[in-house]
Amino acid sequence: MIFKTVAELIAERTDCDVSVVTPESKFSDLGIDSLDTVELLMNLEDKLGKEIQLESKVETVGELVAFIETL
Amino acid sequence: MLTGKIAIVTGGSRGIGKAVARKLASLGADLAVIYAGNQAAAEVVCSDIISEFGVRAIPYRCNVADFTETKSTVEQIKGELGGVDILINNAGITKDKLLAVMSEADYDEVLDVNLKGAFNMIRHCTGIFLRRKGGCIINISSVSGLMGNAGQANYSASKAGMIGLTKSAARELASKSIRCNAIAPGFIATDMTNEINSPLAESIPLKRFGRPEDVAEAAAYLISAEYITGEVLRVDGGLGI
Repeated sequence: MIFKTVAELIAERTDCDVSVVTPESKFSDLGIDSLDTVELLMNLEDKLGKEIQLESKVETVGELVAFIETL
Repeated sequence: MLTGKIAIVTGGSRGIGKAVARKLASLGADLAVIYAGNQAAAEVVCSDIISEFGVRAIPYRCNVADFTETKSTVEQIKGELGGVDILINNAGITKDKLLAVMSEADYDEVLDVNLKGAFNMIRHCTGIFLRRKGGCIINISSVSGLMGNAGQANYSASKAGMIGLTKSAARELASKSIRCNAIAPGFIATDMTNEINSPLAESIPLKRFGRPEDVAEAAAYLISAEYITGEVLRVDGGLGI
């Protein structure tokens, strides 16, 4: 569920097909830098309606999804 | 020119902040005027802005040195005015002392309000700027932060710090169309400089103190200057040449 939301946001942002985004995808490989990740989190906050305070660095889409699922 | 834009001005109840708030309102921006203590003055600034320029203007009491207070104030502004497009970090204090007799509290308070206050505001507005895909930050530094000034070690350190903050923010946020610039005023005739009797004042090449409106003009320029970021603009009558 959260993975789908994240994948759709990334696909929309990077103008790629949503099937390209997998849990193993690295943000850097998707062309998303650290500030883009922050922006992505802001969009996720708006979509999920909860505050996300990301303290540690996440490299892959799966790590981000796992982090959000702990909230 | 700024119609539909929403601007926050910290330290907006008097002096440079008041002049900047009035200038931005005259260009059509809605204003959030943040003040630390002088509620009556902030209310007058806002009511004057509303009646003269026909925009929205709301005073907010907030200690900018407080991280959580700035967070809730920015959220309140976002809720009431609908967002933030322009942030003017103007709130500042002085506690001038010679280094040999400067207390720890004198140093900490000035750094907390002037430098950490600017950080706090930028910190809490950046999310809004990112969501709105653009923004403009102006930090009111000082020529004291560029040149140093005897008796102002704390103040010049805070103002020099604001320049570093400006440049880092400019680099970090440029890719998201968020610009950050600083203005370094020299001697501007305000309550803060009332008692200044510095030999530096006599050495101003343009031979006069500046007016708060001189700084407000520079702020309006930097807001309109879409290809300028990370710049420090002296508004000092040539003092810092």
